[in-house]
Amino acid sequence: MRESTLWFWHLIAGIVIIFVLGIHIGVMHLDKIMQAIGIMSAGDVLSYADVLARAKTIAYLIIYLLLMWFALYHGFYGLRSMILEISMSKTAQAVVNWVIFLFGFGLAVYGTYAIIIGYTMANA
Amino acid sequence: MKTVVQEKKTRPNRLGIGGWFYGGKYGAERYIFVLHRLAGLGILLYFIIHIFVTGQKIHGKEAWNAAMSSVSGTWFHIGEYLVFAAIAFHGLNGIRLILAEFGLVLGKPKRPIYPYTTANMRIRVLTWSMMILAAILMLVGGYDFFLMH
Repeated sequence: MRESTLWFWHLIAGIVIIFVLGIHIGVMHLDKIMQAIGIMSAGDVLSYADVLARAKTIAYLIIYLLLMWFALYHGFYGLRSMILEISMSKTAQAVVNWVIFLFGFGLAVYGTYAIIIGYTMANA
Repeated sequence: MKTVVQEKKTRPNRLGIGGWFYGGKYGAERYIFVLHRLAGLGILLYFIIHIFVTGQKIHGKEAWNAAMSSVSGTWFHIGEYLVFAAIAFHGLNGIRLILAEFGLVLGKPKRPIYPYTTANMRIRVLTWSMMILAAILMLVGGYDFFLMH
């Protein structure tokens, strides 16, 4: 794929992450402030009951999948850019590309599996 | 017609790994860029671990509670806050980078009459605005992380 296409999606992923990670951080890590303002109900966001309650809703399914896919792409593309700044042979570049791709893709497969299993478990 | 495939001519990276950190006499943005990447790497490392830790939820309540207790304690809490701070910085600086990439803060072209401003100087206002916003977010986050929990 053309480098400019990959770079374009890196930017698009960045924009998507700002919104979706904003929601995620607000809910998970700024929970006490959100409760104080009255946006969230009081409770422990890390309790298993709360985890299942979130996993149950289709909105969280979409948020988690979007966040994971775009963040993995964004993160691994960024890592790849840093590594490829070092001068190396064409073969070494191909190795870097494949290792980055397989590692990122493997994580995406595992993460998607965990999110979907979590969703079906919570709805069982 | 024959098409000539041109070999891509690139100069070797003379600085090597030092180029990741050394930006010579370039401005603040060049060094913020180094920090941007460092923060990105930190977030990526946390994110990879995060996928496996939170993935434990599919193995039931005991596995989840075990995973949660293995990543708790004061040091993990401080580490989580550092990840939060890194995200605040990386995200807000990233908004500036995307705006600059699409040419939205470059200003209109005009006759350069001395003393003229450059696009870099216009972007610098945005740079420091974003850094101030990031600092505010870090303070608000710190209040939640350490004083409300």
